[in-house]
Amino acid sequence: MNYATGIAFQILQSVFVVLAAPLLVGWVNQCRAWLQNRSAPSIWLPYFTLAKLFHKDAVIARNASPLFRLTPYVLFGCMWLAAGIVPVLATNLPFAPAADIIALVGVFALARVFSALAAMDIGTSFGGLGARREMLIGFLAEPAMLMTLFTAAFISGSTQLTTIVEALAHREFAIYPSLAFAAVAFLMVLLAENARIPIDNPSTHLELTMVHEAMILEYSARHLALIEWAVAIKLFAYMTIGIALFLPWGIAEGGNWAALPVAITALAIKLALAGAGLALLETLLAKLRLFLAPEFLSSAFLLAVLGMLTHFLVRG
Amino acid sequence: MNLLNALSSPLTGSITVALCWLAIGLLGLISAGNAYFARRIAFPLGALGGLVLGAIGLQAAWLPPEQMTLPLGLPDLPFHLRIDPLAGFFLMLLGAVSAGITFYATGYFRDETPGRLALIVLQYHVFLASMALVILADDAYLFMVAWETMALSSYFLVTTDHKLPAIRSAGFLYLLVAHLGAIAVLLCFGVLHGGQGDYTFDALRAAELTPVWATIAFLLAFFGFGAKAGMIPLHAWLPEAHPAAPSPVSALLSGIMLKTAIYGMVRVIYDLIGGVRWEWGMLVLVIGAGTTLFGVLYALMQHDLKRLLAYHSVENIGIILLGLGMSMVFIGFGHPAAGVLGLIAALYHTLNHAVFKGLLFLGAGSILHSAGLRDLNQMGGLIHSMPKTAFYFLIGALAISALPPLNGFVSEWLTFQTALQAPLLQNSVVRSLLPLFAAMLALAGALTAMCFVKVYGIAFLGQARVAPTAAPVHDAGNLERFGMAWLAAGCFVLGLFPTTFLLMLNQVGLSLTGQSLSDEALESSWLWLVPTAAEQASYSPVIFLLVIVGVTLLAFVLVRRFYHGRVRFAEPWDCGYPEQTSRMQDTADAFGQPIRHVFEPVYLMQRQMPTADDPAPRFSLKIEDRHWYLLYLPIARLAAYLSAKIGLLQQGRISIYLLYSFLTLIALLVFVR
Repeated sequence: MNYATGIAFQILQSVFVVLAAPLLVGWVNQCRAWLQNRSAPSIWLPYFTLAKLFHKDAVIARNASPLFRLTPYVLFGCMWLAAGIVPVLATNLPFAPAADIIALVGVFALARVFSALAAMDIGTSFGGLGARREMLIGFLAEPAMLMTLFTAAFISGSTQLTTIVEALAHREFAIYPSLAFAAVAFLMVLLAENARIPIDNPSTHLELTMVHEAMILEYSARHLALIEWAVAIKLFAYMTIGIALFLPWGIAEGGNWAALPVAITALAIKLALAGAGLALLETLLAKLRLFLAPEFLSSAFLLAVLGMLTHFLVRG
Repeated sequence: MNLLNALSSPLTGSITVALCWLAIGLLGLISAGNAYFARRIAFPLGALGGLVLGAIGLQAAWLPPEQMTLPLGLPDLPFHLRIDPLAGFFLMLLGAVSAGITFYATGYFRDETPGRLALIVLQYHVFLASMALVILADDAYLFMVAWETMALSSYFLVTTDHKLPAIRSAGFLYLLVAHLGAIAVLLCFGVLHGGQGDYTFDALRAAELTPVWATIAFLLAFFGFGAKAGMIPLHAWLPEAHPAAPSPVSALLSGIMLKTAIYGMVRVIYDLIGGVRWEWGMLVLVIGAGTTLFGVLYALMQHDLKRLLAYHSVENIGIILLGLGMSMVFIGFGHPAAGVLGLIAALYHTLNHAVFKGLLFLGAGSILHSAGLRDLNQMGGLIHSMPKTAFYFLIGALAISALPPLNGFVSEWLTFQTALQAPLLQNSVVRSLLPLFAAMLALAGALTAMCFVKVYGIAFLGQARVAPTAAPVHDAGNLERFGMAWLAAGCFVLGLFPTTFLLMLNQVGLSLTGQSLSDEALESSWLWLVPTAAEQASYSPVIFLLVIVGVTLLAFVLVRRFYHGRVRFAEPWDCGYPEQTSRMQDTADAFGQPIRHVFEPVYLMQRQMPTADDPAPRFSLKIEDRHWYLLYLPIARLAAYLSAKIGLLQQGRISIYLLYSFLTLIALLVFVR
């Protein structure tokens, strides 16, 4: 496991995540269409949408500040960074020690703050409304996420995501009660943070309910494409964090090229199942009223805390 | 040559700077009427003094302690002074942060009348000098003299605009709480000296206290200094007094003066009392968590920018207390290494808060100066008229929201890492409670981010909410901008090179507890921040920043290379409604509405809602602090009642007073023989 292999793995993984992320979104959309008895769009549709958006001319409001034009790139950069920290394929990532789980939550917070600021930049009522709602969801999702990650950190004695994954992958197959609580909490946070039903609906533009879409209403063309892509990477990153924490088996430990095909296959299977599960959840659940979102998220927070306490009580 | 020698010793050097500040203040008074002196000489010299003091403090943190006795003060009661790593760290904070604020003040006070300016110069520099002496003091006597000078000089600064009744009453409240705190601190020194009659800190350190008396001393110190720091329930003066002052003074008060209270707490609890108990730490944690959440929740409800920032100072004091509390719990349970980490986290946050809160208050001052606005609901779109101020304010806002890679994140990260040491503890209840306090910190951090999205989005972004009436809004002047740039650079330096400061703070921890961080933490290079061991946790802000900037640029280059950068400008999308005005934007109150909804029980709200067929519909909302009704007003009523009863003694007739003297004499003759 030398340094050069590590760098190669790092670059390979980052590029892989960025390129594969829209595919996951396509797969989720396809599954959802099947479940809802519609004929499904092509799984490659997100790529076509991105290409279409990149080719268009950007339309920008006259009073937009530089912050507005900078934000899509910052969002994309933040998510790309997140894709570099999370052990998706391998655990020897030379960049991973630069940012641990707390910094990872910080990256997501940075992206959220920038997108909320950009939403308020034009000064339309929808932008402010979206920003306000997004921050409302964020302020509860973020601590819940941290508590979930802390549970894993207490089990493995480290806040490095790679170390956590190595520790968790080596435990014997037993159900840890603390991890079970944490997994449920994490799932709830994942739904909220990725603007999914029951907190937000990614496919609506109904003014009373939209959160994320209200924020990006002013964006068009390449800026919109970057934001959509960043959103796809975010979903991919969250799913891989979940997989890394709760189903870590199969990942290529160390710089093992031979294990890579197994790792990719395992990841593809796990992601396909997770995507189908997400589509199922989105089909079964109804969107919650906005002011039920804090209740949803505070229960996620309490579950995460409960998981942590369980760890201290039963040491497992 | 002698002068050089004197300056080369940190102790004499810092005393010299304090004396220079005093001299500058007095010279300002002599040359009253000559505004040129104040503007061009006094403030720049004061800022230079700050820079020198900052450098001295930085040096002193690495040197062994140094003591000195000055034959000043009362006969047989000379001033004792001492500089050690803890004092050095706080002197560095005072010097470096005040330098930026003073540069800013040079520009900010340019329009003052000469008479007022002379007074401001005097009070400002006396205030700075007294803070330096508080930190340098090595006996209870000098400490209290400097502490009271600090309270009085800042009182006069707060009431600079004393013609407004609201500011006079804010100043009075400040003075009152400051003195209640001072009484507690005085009593604490009384308990500590244990009847020896010697009030030097050496004697206080040496005194052996029973656990009961040590706890009483701790409580007196905690609440005495806490009153000055603005922790709940003694915070009520802070959101009144800090916004009342001129903005550079607000920055000094929030950025630096609150920190002298933290200094006092650390000095008395860790150094003078010693033998920290974990129960004390739990009290500090509970009050710290309450202060943090209270501060941020009330900050979210404010629409006066400076008041909002003052509530955030309350919140940040809570965060510092969380770090201190964790540190005391670990030390109390016999894990000094983790305890030192907590102490370092708390002190790091002390420094960080000084830098970014100073910056934010200066930004608020520039808005007030240029646009004449303090109410967020009237601002909007300031990024177009004052882009440079907007840039610095954004740095401050991101730093206070604890976002990587700026400085606020580092200290919160260290506090989290301290909480994650919880499995070390023997007591299972405390072990499971400690991560809960970390959860409070996470919640407060996310709420802070929400609050600063609100501040920045409403003040700087969007469209102007009120039509400009007077002259067009201009950006801050050069000197003001320089002051802000200095502090903004501080946010980056503290955020990107934390290991340097970690090592310095490790010296402070070593001198206070005799324990330092693990060898692995101390041997890590400047690039990596490692609190305990590399496989447990590490963070590299420089790499983090490089990667995030790198990939952002790469994304930009790729988009431009493979596609294009064509842009068309148009009106904002109006959703099909042709009538769009700037009043349709979110206001500060609207932005806080979800929080008001979620945390309704926290607030004392009076809401007046218009009915459907109201001829003149009006919506009004008033949010008050419950502490006023639960704590302050009952005490005020009790005080008024007691004074009325004591007032009965005053009859205004000489015969009655002679009777009192006669009765006293008889009583003395009977009882004292």
